[in-house]
Amino acid sequence: MFTQELLDKSSLMRKKWEDEVKKIVAKSGDQKEKWSTVSDLEIKRIYGPEDIKDMDFENDIAYPGQYPYLRGNQATGYRGKYWTFRMFAGMGSAQTTNERWHYLLSTGQTGLSTAFDFPTLMGYDTDSPKAKGECGKCGVAIDTIDDFRQLIKGIPLDKITTSMTTNPPATALWAMYCASAEQQGIPLTKIGGTIQNDMLKEFIAQKTLMCPPEPSVKLISDTIEFGTKFVPRWNTVSISGYHIREAGATAVQELAFTLRDGMEYVEDVIKRKGLHVDEFASRLSFFFNSHIDFFEEIAKLRAARRIWAKAMRERYNSQDPRSWWMRFHTQTAGCSLTAQQPYNNVVRTATEALAAVLGGTQSLHTNSLDEVLCLPSDHAVQIALRTQQLIAEETGVANTIDPLAGSYFVEALTNEMEEKAWEYIHKIDDMGGMVAAIEKGFPQMEISDAAYKFQKQIDSGEKIMIGVNKYNIEDEVVDIPIVEIDDAVEEGQLKRLAEVKRTRDNRQVAVCLKDLADACRKGENVMPFCIAAVKEYASVQEICDVYREVFGEYRDPGIY
Amino acid sequence: MADRKIRILLAKPGLDGHDRGARVLARSFRDAGFEVIYTGCHQTPEQIAATALQEDVDMVGLSCLSGAHNYLYPAVARLLQEAGAGDIVVVGGGIIPEKDMPGLYAAGLTAIFTPGATLDSINEWITANVTPKE
Amino acid sequence: MKELGKRVLAGDIRAASRLIRNLEDQIPNTHIAIQEIFANTGNSHVIGITGAPGAGKSTLTDELIAAYRSQEKTVGVLAVDPTSPFTGGALLGDRIRMLRHAEDKGVFVRSLATRGAMGGISKAVGEGIHVMDVLGKDKIIVETVGVGQQEVEIINHAHTVIVVLVPGMGDEIQALKAGLMEIADIFIINKADRDGAGKLYKETMNMVQMSRDKYGITKGWQTPVLLVESVLEPHKFAESVTKLRDKIDEHYQFLVYHDLIADRMRRKTTAEINEALWGAILAPILEELESSGEMKKMIDKTLTKEVDPYTLADEVANKYLKERSTSS
Repeated sequence: MFTQELLDKSSLMRKKWEDEVKKIVAKSGDQKEKWSTVSDLEIKRIYGPEDIKDMDFENDIAYPGQYPYLRGNQATGYRGKYWTFRMFAGMGSAQTTNERWHYLLSTGQTGLSTAFDFPTLMGYDTDSPKAKGECGKCGVAIDTIDDFRQLIKGIPLDKITTSMTTNPPATALWAMYCASAEQQGIPLTKIGGTIQNDMLKEFIAQKTLMCPPEPSVKLISDTIEFGTKFVPRWNTVSISGYHIREAGATAVQELAFTLRDGMEYVEDVIKRKGLHVDEFASRLSFFFNSHIDFFEEIAKLRAARRIWAKAMRERYNSQDPRSWWMRFHTQTAGCSLTAQQPYNNVVRTATEALAAVLGGTQSLHTNSLDEVLCLPSDHAVQIALRTQQLIAEETGVANTIDPLAGSYFVEALTNEMEEKAWEYIHKIDDMGGMVAAIEKGFPQMEISDAAYKFQKQIDSGEKIMIGVNKYNIEDEVVDIPIVEIDDAVEEGQLKRLAEVKRTRDNRQVAVCLKDLADACRKGENVMPFCIAAVKEYASVQEICDVYREVFGEYRDPGIY
Repeated sequence: MADRKIRILLAKPGLDGHDRGARVLARSFRDAGFEVIYTGCHQTPEQIAATALQEDVDMVGLSCLSGAHNYLYPAVARLLQEAGAGDIVVVGGGIIPEKDMPGLYAAGLTAIFTPGATLDSINEWITANVTPKE
Repeated sequence: MKELGKRVLAGDIRAASRLIRNLEDQIPNTHIAIQEIFANTGNSHVIGITGAPGAGKSTLTDELIAAYRSQEKTVGVLAVDPTSPFTGGALLGDRIRMLRHAEDKGVFVRSLATRGAMGGISKAVGEGIHVMDVLGKDKIIVETVGVGQQEVEIINHAHTVIVVLVPGMGDEIQALKAGLMEIADIFIINKADRDGAGKLYKETMNMVQMSRDKYGITKGWQTPVLLVESVLEPHKFAESVTKLRDKIDEHYQFLVYHDLIADRMRRKTTAEINEALWGAILAPILEELESSGEMKKMIDKTLTKEVDPYTLADEVANKYLKERSTSS
């Protein structure tokens, strides 16, 4: 990338600098020996042209909208459109959540994102014995389309995109969304959004589990196929690294496991559905974490784009540039926030959000300062949203595309992350793919080891979390309003559900569920059957119980 | 005279699957010289209590981050008491607001570990407060 | 806990677990409780499952429990995991694969750590089997750590020994080395959907045959090699394990029919008596030598080659034994 003359000159000047450093350090020492990222990746004191001299401008860096898309997928960057301000939200009943959604939209949010409660996430209804005590506590309770209609009341489904964080029951919840749109007279070709629907990371990290990997991946390819044919604006998978990171993975592990999950899905859809990669790949989307180490995250996101573009072109022979784009949503790191001195979390979230923007995210959720303690209050969520708006409108970082390109440090770090990620990817290839690796417990063990190591680094003070192991406040009094979800929510929901089950045509529900079961056994696409079933008020659990029955339940190998 | 090893049951009651803390604790307990049975996620209080008896543990550690602790933790403590095993120490961790703590202590929990507790401090607490009964 | 023996006889689960605990922790006079229950033992069918780590033993055990429960048979499980040699602690991670039975009163699962047991399966496991027996468990499954010598020890305690192999883990060689060929009553090729399953099956069958040829065995139990499908296909897996269950019972019937039960248990009984003798005779002597400082002196003298261990042993024997045959 540089002339030999420049490199020689730099070499000389660097030597001078190194000598100077040696002198000073000999006298007054550095603050500490090791300087590394939160993932324990060691960082040098300085980076210069030598660190990126072997890069090829045309093939490694290029321009936005040009392969390998290091600098961005779109030529126009944020000037054309800011990233979507998409706040993950859900609490208590559908009605309460609907109110929070309208509040967020009225105060400048540009996309919706649904947080469901644990019973819904796990494919159980509120009246299941397993759901006792959990209704509405960490997200919205949805049992039937009756609740769903309440959730989206007053939301123009053809004008706004909605993301739904749902995995094993994704087909059921997406069916409710599609059915609701149809019932509002909106054709499926006009609705846009995302379902997370990424089971591989569940086995690795998030653990909302239901069926074994094989049928889980089959259901996912059903949604990809259905979306390709009938709901073209919908992202049917959000291949996620966020949860992998939250479970304790390093940045490199997050990067590698996420992209390798994506590759596993691509290979499965090609094999199982006989689709050509370019028929569906442009609707695959990703979801990353933005953690507290500023530059590591920026490098990670840029590396992700380049790795994916290469994989699509070289591994899968994709011809359509839209398949090469890695589009992603980002969430700032929940695990970086502290319960101690919670107002500090505003600052953490802000720098993490900034990193995500400098990494070129298409969509962003910023955590609220109180989320270590409870679901966010109106005020806290407003601050979180304003953080994004402030970055967009006041800081000027959106003025220019990929501002850190060309930085010796950032480009070197991007290269390093890519290289290390490929090592993991090839290792998993050698194991026989991601499903095989999961069966062997490989990603799970890597993550557990990294989590344990990090905790020991915090305990020893090697890594700092302010308020936890440095600048602590003795006998701190945390004075933050705590949002509570009343147990009355569960009572109310139980009544609603009982009423729906009483008044619906139960015979018709039974017929629909039987049809779904038959479709599962025959290997047919389940989506049309799900949509038919939810229209008759079949519940989330009823649909999931069909899957459990036909495909069997997953038995966690318990590798930790 | 042989010293008794401390046996711990580590469990995640309810539907919450966020097990990072529990996995880290499992390793930490092993490294502190305890015998730890980790039963993973998605346990019912009934399963946890039955397991505690079968394994003759000295302590049950519960982790829940979904907000359902007010129902789940007391349920475990109650079931143990009903089975005549109220001497088993029950402790909890996770996302537990201050104001919920008195209720949990009243229901039978002995300690609640909040975010920021170091692994060593937890191990020391156990060594000091959990003595296997004869 | 007082009166452990009585409480175990009355079916108290926690007391049973506490008795095993006392064995693990080597609490003095625990043998008294064993004495109280011993007459009631001998009714259970003891099944040993062994194999390398990662072979999938716990998942198999879990499904086997289900298979037996569907026949309304009660099951006890002793699941053994290694103690960390560095910290003395242990992650007892087998139970996590058997959780669906946690509330079933017909199933009792007890996790044990090896505690660095000298010479293999700890006494706690051996006696733990008696405890499970006395609780009336029809089947007792002992799942062992699966490395080296400890695997082979299982033969002393079990009526039926199952060795679990997995394709692609070099198990054929493992099996030969560890002497597993001789002790297996049933071989399982687990995760049989993996590459190399066919090859492993053939090799194992060959080795079984070679073993029979070597010892001139023409009659008796023909050690089968069973294929078990991946647990990720729950229905197929359940079917394979049902077949395994039937084969296990077939083996037990074989032993009963040919009057071999007592024979199989001779080894265990011999081992138990040896253990008891050790506890009654040698342990107190060693304790005495240790606490009086005599042991230290003996070690010092041997290190300087002043005397050899055998001469020392003779001296100790002469001191403590009333009668000594004067031989050689």
